[in-house]
Amino acid sequence: MHELALTCSIVEVAEDAAAGRPVARVTLVIGRLSGVMLDAIRFCFDEVARGTVLDGALLDIEEPAGRARCNACGAEFAMPDLLTPCACGSCDVTLFQGEELSIRSIELREAA
Amino acid sequence: MCATCGCDGDGAMVHLPHEHDHDHSHPHEHDHSHDHDHSHEHDHAHSHEGGGLIDIEARILAKNDRAAEKNRGWFRGREILALNLVSAPGAGKTALLERTIADLGGDVPLFVIEGDQASANDAARIERAGAPAVQVNTGTGCHLDAEMVARGLSRLRPPAGAAVLIENVGNLVCPALFDLGEAAKVVVFSVTEGEDKPLKYPHMFRAAGLVLINKIDLLPHVDFAVERALANVRSVNPAAPVLQLSARSGTGMAAWYDWLHAARAAARDAAFA
Repeated sequence: MHELALTCSIVEVAEDAAAGRPVARVTLVIGRLSGVMLDAIRFCFDEVARGTVLDGALLDIEEPAGRARCNACGAEFAMPDLLTPCACGSCDVTLFQGEELSIRSIELREAA
Repeated sequence: MCATCGCDGDGAMVHLPHEHDHDHSHPHEHDHSHDHDHSHEHDHAHSHEGGGLIDIEARILAKNDRAAEKNRGWFRGREILALNLVSAPGAGKTALLERTIADLGGDVPLFVIEGDQASANDAARIERAGAPAVQVNTGTGCHLDAEMVARGLSRLRPPAGAAVLIENVGNLVCPALFDLGEAAKVVVFSVTEGEDKPLKYPHMFRAAGLVLINKIDLLPHVDFAVERALANVRSVNPAAPVLQLSARSGTGMAAWYDWLHAARAAARDAAFA
């Protein structure tokens, strides 16, 4: 359910940047290990955006995959979920990609 | 709609347990000045042909993060240790606090912020145990956020050197994402829940600075393999210390108090770091 709170933040930030101009597209970056359900964000977005300058805007979501660096052997490896250990067996890893939760950009509608 | 918890304007309410609902502070009065300038550094519109593309590159949770940093600075300047206690509902967070207050209340100035969707029951329990408490009801929200904590602090007014224990809404999912400005998240899970909790909720266990396994007095009556639970915690968070205790019987509480004292000492030093 935190997706609703996140979507409210997304709409708020995008509205501020749009400064009253209608928005055609919002691009988000939501890492696959961020713990956020994209379907829920999409569902909430249509509702939260209703009546704002984002009403009807397309939602583009980039989904970086999880990548981690092992603190034991230094290897970099793909981390499809938070329970994946390094091939060397260590669970002491630093996740450096896949937890993104950001708003990349908005695209304004062409002036009518 | 409220951007914080998704409420429709009558969501989060902050109140002391003995006061009536009519004088709660209103959720959206925003009595401290916000600057709604999330993207001020980046909102230069690049007028590409066609519709303008505006780079934002802002964290979705930027507003909460800023409020959390403000709380963190407030704690730090006052040498206050703030902990964010999270668990599933019923893991025994409130009982842990009651016992802690009973055992340490004379020596440590403990203050409690209680987060629940509804009711002031827990804050009333804490006050009966002997510590000042403020209840934050999140309404439809499933977690505390940093601004709710700031409002709670403005009612609670903990003095310098205090320990502020923030009992989050019972939920192992949403609170993992929301920084409150705490020094550490303390994740509580109990032997009645199953030893695979860390595997089912890895985000939360990964964010933990300390893990407490509660209700160990019930171990003879439940199928809970302690060693497997410890291995599961380590697999998602090798760094977090894990303590086994029973808030009910008192077993193991001394190690938690040692951790708490060490964390308070670190909070005192942090003010001058």
